[in-house]
Amino acid sequence: MSSTDISLNKDVHHAHDEHDHHHDQNFFEKYIFSQDHKVIAKQFLFAGIFWGFVGGFLSIIFRLQLGWPEATFTFLEPILGNWIVNGKLDPEFYLALVTMHGTIMVFFVLTAGLSGTFSNFLIPLQIGARDMASGFMNMLSFWIFFLASVIMFTSLFIETGPAGGGWTVYPPLSALPQAISGSAMGMTLWLVSMALFIVSQLLGGVNYITTVINLRTKGMSMTKLPLTIWSFFLTAILGLLSFPVLFSAALLLIFDRSFGTSFYLSDIYIAGEALAHTGGSAILFQHLFWFLGHPEVYIVILPTFGIVSEVIATNSRKPIFGYRAMIGSMLGISLLSFVVWAHHMFVTGMNPFLGSVFMFLTLIIAVPSAVKVFNWIATLWRGNIRFTTAMMFAIAFVSLFISGGLTGIILGNSALDIQLHDTYFVIAHFHLVMGAAAFFGMFCGIYHWFPKMFGRMMDEKLGFIHFWLTFLSAYLVFMPMHYIGIAGFPRRYYSWTGFDAFNTFTDLNSFISIAAILGFTAQLIFLFNFIYSIFKGRRATANPWHSNTLEWTTPVNPGHGNWPGEIPTVYRWPYDYSKPGAAEDYIPQNVPFSQTQSSNLPYERDLE
Amino acid sequence: MSTSTTLEAPKTGTWDGGNEPLKASYGKLMMWFFLLSDAFTFGALLIVYGLSRHSHLPYTGSPDDFTFSTEWWPIPEKVFNAFPGFHGVDLPLAFVALMTMILILSSVTMVLAVEAGHRMDKNDVQKWLMWTILFGSIFLGCQAWEWAHFISGTDEGMLLADGTRIFGANLTMNQYGPPLFADLFFFITGFHGTHVFSGVVLLIMVFINTVNGVYHKRGHYEMVEKVGLYWHFVDLVWVFVFTFFYLI
Repeated sequence: MSSTDISLNKDVHHAHDEHDHHHDQNFFEKYIFSQDHKVIAKQFLFAGIFWGFVGGFLSIIFRLQLGWPEATFTFLEPILGNWIVNGKLDPEFYLALVTMHGTIMVFFVLTAGLSGTFSNFLIPLQIGARDMASGFMNMLSFWIFFLASVIMFTSLFIETGPAGGGWTVYPPLSALPQAISGSAMGMTLWLVSMALFIVSQLLGGVNYITTVINLRTKGMSMTKLPLTIWSFFLTAILGLLSFPVLFSAALLLIFDRSFGTSFYLSDIYIAGEALAHTGGSAILFQHLFWFLGHPEVYIVILPTFGIVSEVIATNSRKPIFGYRAMIGSMLGISLLSFVVWAHHMFVTGMNPFLGSVFMFLTLIIAVPSAVKVFNWIATLWRGNIRFTTAMMFAIAFVSLFISGGLTGIILGNSALDIQLHDTYFVIAHFHLVMGAAAFFGMFCGIYHWFPKMFGRMMDEKLGFIHFWLTFLSAYLVFMPMHYIGIAGFPRRYYSWTGFDAFNTFTDLNSFISIAAILGFTAQLIFLFNFIYSIFKGRRATANPWHSNTLEWTTPVNPGHGNWPGEIPTVYRWPYDYSKPGAAEDYIPQNVPFSQTQSSNLPYERDLE
Repeated sequence: MSTSTTLEAPKTGTWDGGNEPLKASYGKLMMWFFLLSDAFTFGALLIVYGLSRHSHLPYTGSPDDFTFSTEWWPIPEKVFNAFPGFHGVDLPLAFVALMTMILILSSVTMVLAVEAGHRMDKNDVQKWLMWTILFGSIFLGCQAWEWAHFISGTDEGMLLADGTRIFGANLTMNQYGPPLFADLFFFITGFHGTHVFSGVVLLIMVFINTVNGVYHKRGHYEMVEKVGLYWHFVDLVWVFVFTFFYLI
């Protein structure tokens, strides 16, 4: 056995050595069907940014409707065509807009765009590997995601419109094409696209996990890994175990829609006519969906935990507070994320006792979350803080995570949820805690690792403006939503003008819409900064943030294989910032203790 | 802390990096994690089966008086009692038992192929892969017969309230019981059959490579081992599918 393994190892390194000497890849091999993790990461990043703008734009359209329900939108006709009927937004298209906004943001931006970018980019660089375990599967992962993207994007333009049953696609609405136009062709494309998306996630996920387990460089023990890697590792495990369940659920839904089965359908009348379906259960789909759906919110937020931890420690010039507690809390959150799914279903007629079990488990998540928040604040405490753009996004992330997390404690109560379920309070909660927060984490990561990705710096002044506009509008949009939600506004409603009780909130809704438009416009600053800096940005040095992790020991523009010479060996954890007695305020992971005699502690290596 | 060498050298424990902590190549790990993921896919489907069955009434009378009805979930032994060439003879679960035996036998030959790979015995690897492919294909053939029989139905069929009879089952009609029984049967055994079919395709590819001496030149038969992992997994899943559909 051992002899086979050793020969395998040789194979891997030999293949990479070859790559180092051959630089005659053609354009397609280098930029399109590249197997280099850095190029694939950028492909995911570009796709994610594209989808981010599409998803954001959709939200602006429905915010217009919500903010000014009486207005006419003839000026949107050039873009929306027949979806504007007599100057009004088609109500079924409104449903399609919210559905696609949710789907795009959750899956295509904050799952594929976030994990795809940073897991691909940072895992090999930070653990000291030449590339992912399987570059080919990594490439396949991106191109299957691309195919899923094309199908999802196409569905925006078909005659009956994209999927309109909400991003959770609950049957029977989503299962019956005759129910609404959004359940016709658009839903079929949605399901096909998501099935491909899951395959892509699976290919990416097994790669991330095996790379972290097998390809760490010498000395890089699990407790010397940067927290980013821990977070990507756990994210990949969550995805690997939860996405297949959505896959099953989606396949069964496809059968119900297209082949006449009754897995989710029973006793349904449409337009006075009884359907043949009998025996199925719509609640069953919700269980399957949320078994994915709840881990999914952690798939979205966990990578940003890692990114933010890394950025906060680097820019506070202090070791992360409670490194092992950070790992432990992420493990705890990952574990708990699988046993809380039914808190999305408190009002489905679930047994109240079962509800209290899920409530109890849900509220426990507050503990590891609070540990993390405490540790971030404790890391900042009396740190030598450098307010880079990435750092500001990281600090704002902590703020948003607290604001959104607190309402999670309210919503997790099965009794309170009866009032708040499916209101704008829920919208405000999850947009703060996993929407805005995850976006801030993603921006934080982009600003921080841009120099490593493109060899240039992003403009700090534009970053500063982008940050403040985004931060302000995030709060201005989502804080008022709490009040609207407590007042009882249900989500996914086209308009409330029929209800007198809600008229007093029209101004507040207009206010939210204005803030949303401001926030969306601010992203154009980011886009300009991003594209401009790729070509014209200030040239970066090899380690511009004076960071400890291994990616900063590569050349400014690392080639295929990452390190021109030997892979660095790791001697210490990644958070030796401002170590007393050290010459500089940072000691990279690849510096042996023999070179830092002045700062070594007497028990230095006993604690490893 | 006494000498500089302890300060110079990185640690070299199992999880200290620069090695394969689980003593498995990345390819084998990937297969393991894929199978873990696939287990969740099947797990979800079997839970769907369990919940669907639980939401239907069981048959409460004596087994001898059993008739097919959409009112209750059928007794599996009464549904799966046919055997090719024995028309009209009541042989409960005999055919599926044979299928299961064949699949388990294919796992045994798979193990032998992997073992031959460890010995670098090309001829034995070929021989046992061939048997595995054969047994896998026979299993698929048996499943095709079972499906065909299930679809065409029994001679009696099911008497409906309006006096008509329906024969066999498809995704919307089912002579054996509630429509969901047939839906789940087709979906889950079909999904498993697709896995077996993929396994056979993989085995054929590995077989061709073995014959061409690809693995012999490479110096190890790990690919056989990886496909073997998949094959055993599919076999294991069948044990659960079998238990759910035919035994409980």
